[in-house]
Amino acid sequence: MHSDAFDRYHHAHSSIHHLDPRIKVVITIAFIISNALLPDGAWIAFALAWLFVLVANMFSELGIGFTFRRSFIAFPFALAAITVLFSIPGKPISSFQFLMWNFTITDAGLLRFVSIVIRSWLSVQMAILLVAVTEFPKIIHALTHLRVPAIITMIISLLYRYLFVLTDEVMRLLRARQARSGASPGQRSGGSVQWRARIAGHMAGQLFLRSYERSDRIYNAMLSRGYKGELMTIHPHHFHARDWLICALSILGMLIMQFTGRL
Amino acid sequence: MEIMECVGDIIKVSDLYFAYPDEHVALRGVSFNLCEGDKVALVGPNGAGKSTLMLQLNGILEGRGGIEIGGMRLTRGNLPVIRAMVGLVFQNPDDQLFSPTVFEDVAFGPLHMGLPETDVLARVDSALESVRMSSYHDRLSHHLSVGEKKRIAIATVLSMNPSILILDEPSAGLDPRARRTLINLLRELPITMLVSTHDMRMVQELFPRTIVMDDGRIVADGMTQEILEDETFLNEHGLEKP
Repeated sequence: MHSDAFDRYHHAHSSIHHLDPRIKVVITIAFIISNALLPDGAWIAFALAWLFVLVANMFSELGIGFTFRRSFIAFPFALAAITVLFSIPGKPISSFQFLMWNFTITDAGLLRFVSIVIRSWLSVQMAILLVAVTEFPKIIHALTHLRVPAIITMIISLLYRYLFVLTDEVMRLLRARQARSGASPGQRSGGSVQWRARIAGHMAGQLFLRSYERSDRIYNAMLSRGYKGELMTIHPHHFHARDWLICALSILGMLIMQFTGRL
Repeated sequence: MEIMECVGDIIKVSDLYFAYPDEHVALRGVSFNLCEGDKVALVGPNGAGKSTLMLQLNGILEGRGGIEIGGMRLTRGNLPVIRAMVGLVFQNPDDQLFSPTVFEDVAFGPLHMGLPETDVLARVDSALESVRMSSYHDRLSHHLSVGEKKRIAIATVLSMNPSILILDEPSAGLDPRARRTLINLLRELPITMLVSTHDMRMVQELFPRTIVMDDGRIVADGMTQEILEDETFLNEHGLEKP
């Protein structure tokens, strides 16, 4: 059994694929921070930020709409900001009754909400592009080089490695349950909701126990190869003039966005 | 059965006892020697104590008794040196390959031995060459087949230039072709080897000497051919004649 469900890397030979991973991570983080710093309703700056994303898409050779198509996954999370519609003081636009409460949407609240949705939508697109053009281990290397604490990079690294193994484990459990979920002729398959919930609970428990035992075996494998509590890795990456140039141009682009947003 | 005599022991285990925290006794006075260049099979039914014994030889588990590796008594002080000498390959390659890429996994051991970067790179290349997986350098571990994972798992310890290779069930779960590749690889590796297995055909083909364990004890240590001929003895200890 094999699961590639979480691999988002798209292999290609574009100029963006060949950029140093550190530069790609720095540009992505800078872009997300730049978006967060843009004032509400900075429409031209938002448009410039989107243009930036589109240009990056184009150079990645994955298609100009690559990140756009995948970005809607973030919308449900942006809805977490829905309360700003009613909580920011301003001119009332509309109001409605929900159960015993009366909600009033204000113009300032709407402006803040739309701005938050656009900011998060643009930021998510850049993050999607980063994982599509950079192999995940290289992102971890970049984080290590950028002095992210070793414990964090180690957790991400092990999580990435074993997410696939765990998914396979879950699939095996589900298949085993499915294979034995028969029914006698004329009978409905399965028991009560309570019984089903109990079985699901047992499966979650099994998964935890198996993972716990596996973690023990992995730790033993690490110990037997000399692990003493500090993870050492080696991943040579070399900056080229082109990397610096693209980094500088990107930062310049973000400064222009910030300037335009404050006009 | 006659215990084989051996001079210049690379592994010397004497009267080793071990019980797990739940008081299950896994080893009950195990003693044996291994000479440099020996290729020895360790067989026995499930729960005989084979895996526990292997973990003792690398200092992962600590029992009561004596273990000497290359003339050095196994103590906490010399654990790092002993772990570099004893290459332990676990049964499930997914436990052994814990890094995202093949390169990082093979480089893990040499890096933790404190070798300079150029030496680490050379050792990774040489270890991957030994298992004929040089082109897998940058591959992601979760993209490999079980057979490929097993060979990379062996490379992860070969890169430490160990004096002894200890493998737990190397042929388990492999299809015939992958099994054959592995057997050929083990035959060609010029290194002392202790291999725990249920694959009696592989034992017959590859290992001149066999140690049989049952219920935490060594019940036979001798020439493979002699042991495999005694069908009654094999059946008594949950084994089958190949």
